[in-house]
Amino acid sequence: MALPVGALPGSGARRSWAPWALLRLGGVAFVLWAVATVTFFAIRLIPGDPAEAILGGPGSQASAAALAQARADYGLDQPLVVQYLHYLGRMLRGDLGVSYALKQPVIAVVGENLGGTLLLAVVSLLVAAAIALALAAWSARGGRVASAVSWVLEVVAAAVPHFWLAISLILLFSTTLGWLPPVSVPGPLGLVLPVLTLALPLSGFLAQVMRESILDAMASPFVLAARARGEGSGGVFWRHALRHAAIPAIGLAGWAFGSLISGAVVVETIFARPGLGRSLLSAVQQRDVPLVLGVVLVVALGYMLVTTLTDLADRLVDPRLRAA
Amino acid sequence: MRRVLLWTGVAALAFLLVAAIAPGLVAPADPLAIHPTQSFRAPSFAHLFGTDESGRDIFTRVIHGTGASLLIGISATAIGVGLALVFGLLAGLGPRWLDFGTTRFLEVLFAFPGLLLALLFIVVYGPGVMTSTIAVGLATAPGYARIIRSRVLVVRRAPYLEAATVLGRGWWSRLWRHLLPNVAGSLFVLLTLGIGQSIVWASSLSYLGLGAVPPAAEWGAMLSAGRTYLTSFWWMTFFPGLFIMISAVATTLVGRGLQQRTRHP
Amino acid sequence: MTALVSVRELAVSFGAAPVVSGVSFDLQPAQCVAIVGESGSGKSVTARALLGLTGGTVTAAELRFDTTDITDASRRRLQRLRGRDIGFISQGALVALDPLRPVGREIADSLRLHGSLSAIDRHARVLDLLAQVGVPNPALRASQRPDELSGGLRQRAVIASAIAMQPRLLIADEPTTALDTTVQAGILDLLERLRVEGAAILLISHDLAVVSRLASHLLVMSGGSVVESGPTERVLADPQHPYTRSLIAAVPTGRARFERLTSGPAAEPAPAEPAPVEPAPVEPASLEQRDVLAADRLCRRFGSLLAVDDVSFSLKRGRTLGIVGESGSGKTTLARLVLALEQPDSGDVSLLGEPWTGVRESARRARRPRIGAIYQDALSSFDPRWTVGRILADARGGAAGVPVLLESVGLSPDIAGRRPRHLSGGQQQRVAIARAIAPRPDILVCDEPVSSLDVSVQAQVLDLLDDLQRSLGLSYLFISHDLGVVRHMSDDVLVMRDGHVVESGPTEAVFGAPQHEYTKGLIAATPQLP
Repeated sequence: MALPVGALPGSGARRSWAPWALLRLGGVAFVLWAVATVTFFAIRLIPGDPAEAILGGPGSQASAAALAQARADYGLDQPLVVQYLHYLGRMLRGDLGVSYALKQPVIAVVGENLGGTLLLAVVSLLVAAAIALALAAWSARGGRVASAVSWVLEVVAAAVPHFWLAISLILLFSTTLGWLPPVSVPGPLGLVLPVLTLALPLSGFLAQVMRESILDAMASPFVLAARARGEGSGGVFWRHALRHAAIPAIGLAGWAFGSLISGAVVVETIFARPGLGRSLLSAVQQRDVPLVLGVVLVVALGYMLVTTLTDLADRLVDPRLRAA
Repeated sequence: MRRVLLWTGVAALAFLLVAAIAPGLVAPADPLAIHPTQSFRAPSFAHLFGTDESGRDIFTRVIHGTGASLLIGISATAIGVGLALVFGLLAGLGPRWLDFGTTRFLEVLFAFPGLLLALLFIVVYGPGVMTSTIAVGLATAPGYARIIRSRVLVVRRAPYLEAATVLGRGWWSRLWRHLLPNVAGSLFVLLTLGIGQSIVWASSLSYLGLGAVPPAAEWGAMLSAGRTYLTSFWWMTFFPGLFIMISAVATTLVGRGLQQRTRHP
Repeated sequence: MTALVSVRELAVSFGAAPVVSGVSFDLQPAQCVAIVGESGSGKSVTARALLGLTGGTVTAAELRFDTTDITDASRRRLQRLRGRDIGFISQGALVALDPLRPVGREIADSLRLHGSLSAIDRHARVLDLLAQVGVPNPALRASQRPDELSGGLRQRAVIASAIAMQPRLLIADEPTTALDTTVQAGILDLLERLRVEGAAILLISHDLAVVSRLASHLLVMSGGSVVESGPTERVLADPQHPYTRSLIAAVPTGRARFERLTSGPAAEPAPAEPAPVEPAPVEPASLEQRDVLAADRLCRRFGSLLAVDDVSFSLKRGRTLGIVGESGSGKTTLARLVLALEQPDSGDVSLLGEPWTGVRESARRARRPRIGAIYQDALSSFDPRWTVGRILADARGGAAGVPVLLESVGLSPDIAGRRPRHLSGGQQQRVAIARAIAPRPDILVCDEPVSSLDVSVQAQVLDLLDDLQRSLGLSYLFISHDLGVVRHMSDDVLVMRDGHVVESGPTEAVFGAPQHEYTKGLIAATPQLP
């Protein structure tokens, strides 16, 4: 039974923003709390004494007195519930603890490294979007051959592991051709290979969903109507098909964020770029629990931010969602 | 065109399977045999993919590593899809509150995007083949669960389920005869696509030194070993990586091909 | 006077497969020529050939619009022609507008592409056009997206976009398909007005009655070629070609109950033959007079919407109760209530004299075989993984009866191994009917069973339903938006609107002498063959 859409004509679109924003805000708060809680309790699963880890791991042969001191310093002698509440309180104040390995506040380490990763991720995203758009536009115009060629490119691009792509790019552009530096140097030149490494696989995924929805849109009756109105193929693409392709591409944003962060771990390590990914990896390797927690929380926050923006963009592009 | 791609994928997968089950057929030499005099040889007819620091033949090692690598990919996918099946079916079939709870839970897991969940798991349980396999399975589960849930919801509202109700079929009969088989169809595609991705992820972890460790003849471990010699002896990392990519492309070709078939029969 | 459009020996092919061949006609200003045919007849492709938008290979001895040779024109010339000189009202009124853009923007596109108006003037002109095609409150409507508009308003917006540049030729491809009867009447009036004002109209339709209302000249197409053409009145009154005759005979409007719509029993199981399916268990004679199905004061509410509001009826054995109404009248919700797929908020349904709603599903399950259903979209009611044979064996409770069952609905038993999606629409509906009668029900609920079928296939299915009713003693609850179909099929009828019954009674009494204004309007709006 279809409900009467537009029973109150035009009013739905403007009224539904406030509840949406409230709901969204509540969702973000909930997920962040849940992420903090899950990580807090996950860390308790680590075998061994946390106090020992603070003092440098099982190999450190710390004295009983030093262990007791460390427990008191970090509040580890308190009941678990108290520790948990203290932990949440510190999170709320933006205090993410002190890195075991670097002996620096986690928030400072994160702040130092955030910029590099953000720059890398944003530039990669833009490059990936540009490549995907070009591929999608080409196959929308070029018919079967272009469609098949871009399909193959998409599959291969999506199947290439980041590290292998990085190695191949270094071999080609640094070792063989000598055009670009093999490790990241400051400045735009050092950014080229890391960005390509992240952007190529991502563009494969993006192009695939965009191409499918562009082809769907191009075959739809409203495009026939537009052409019958005298619209040329360029007009059809920019005015009609592209908006329809944007919807699934925007929907991938949350996933793309995760892919970029995971890729950053590999890329920053290979190209020796300072950044969040590399900090995370070394923290994982050294079992630097506070730093791992800090990075995970920051990434979760970033993810929630991206999905909220995605949702917003979706509602701007697709007004049908606003009425719902 | 689509057919050719599908069969290319099938052929590549068949080759990988043969290499996994009977590596001696493809590469008869011993993957662990050391020839210190022949270390770091570039690719040639004698050593198709060159040799490593101990003079071991990389082609032989890559072929003999197929089994372990595929097994990691398959196990990780099985873990991921298995978990996802539990959550997806609970959310899709259960009462509304269960769907709400499961969906929120999945949302929380999604906030650990990409490899993050896997890394967190490794922090807790330490690196190794076992943990990295489970970690990859865990990290992929939320995505699969979401797909399975939405698929269950689609099938659940399908007119043919209502037609079965009208014929007087009970809930279990509808579940067993219509709903599960129709969900399983898309699951098969997910599994195929997932194995390639899992191999890529697990090898990434190995490359970072968090998964399989040398001297095992496993692709990720070989990569990890070759990392030190990256700039001088590229073949040590290039060829294991090539095989990872081939297996990912092959499973993707087959998975997509099957997807096309189920969509446009 | 030379014709505005002149077509001689038009042929269109996709690859090696010809889809249209040997089509010729002329079109004068202020004239409406119609092409009539069923799906796959090539009528839409013919229309698109005039716009150069077939996507296939077009050849013709002559394909001329005014002074332009369309087969020879450059891409640029064609683009200038489209929208400026030739307006196109495309098939599927509900999907011809981009769902992501405001309606006004779509209309303004024609002006932007062909005119020199400023953006502000364009907007004013859009409002003017919307008012012209009868859209109330144009300023609001222009800013809305298609999904905020009703089907009728959407189609008016499409027409506004097509006539924006006052084209000399309008091509209308199925302009009223999927629209309600009263809305359809309004759109046809609008097209007629445009024709009187001087536009030449090429009308494409599957519906002879719609066409006869507008067109002075008719082309009947089948299998890619014109089988008959001539002045509308002559073709309808004295059809020469057997295909035209069968097409006219297939129209159920104004045909008596049980009168056959297809020619003879050749393609159908003869009604006189013994029933291939054993009849339902014999009931005591007293039951014959009792209601097999009765609804008492049914109400069903969705949020603030009263979908079904105080509906009562009864259905006697072997009879058909028709339910007619436009979209949103609540007829489908009523069907779901009767099938106990939906529970009423108040009121109840009794089946064969026993309570049917208001009891537990487990108590109902054993009696479910007594009442079956067929739907508009037969294909989606089949499990996509099952073959026809498995579907029927499942419904029958064994594979033994499947061939007999298939024969009883006029299908070859060979079909059992195939999957429904590989069958034609008519065959799919027959399989659905076979499944519905397999458990030997007393009642069939038919919800728009022929609405998505071609006219000739519709005729076959309606005849089949007639035959089965007589041989099996079935009672039908027959739901349709199509007044002609309901009138032909029903003994009694309910006219529904906004969830309640506006009029009910014996079919001929209701339609012969309608009492309620709504029924009168509905009958007046239904196109009839002259």
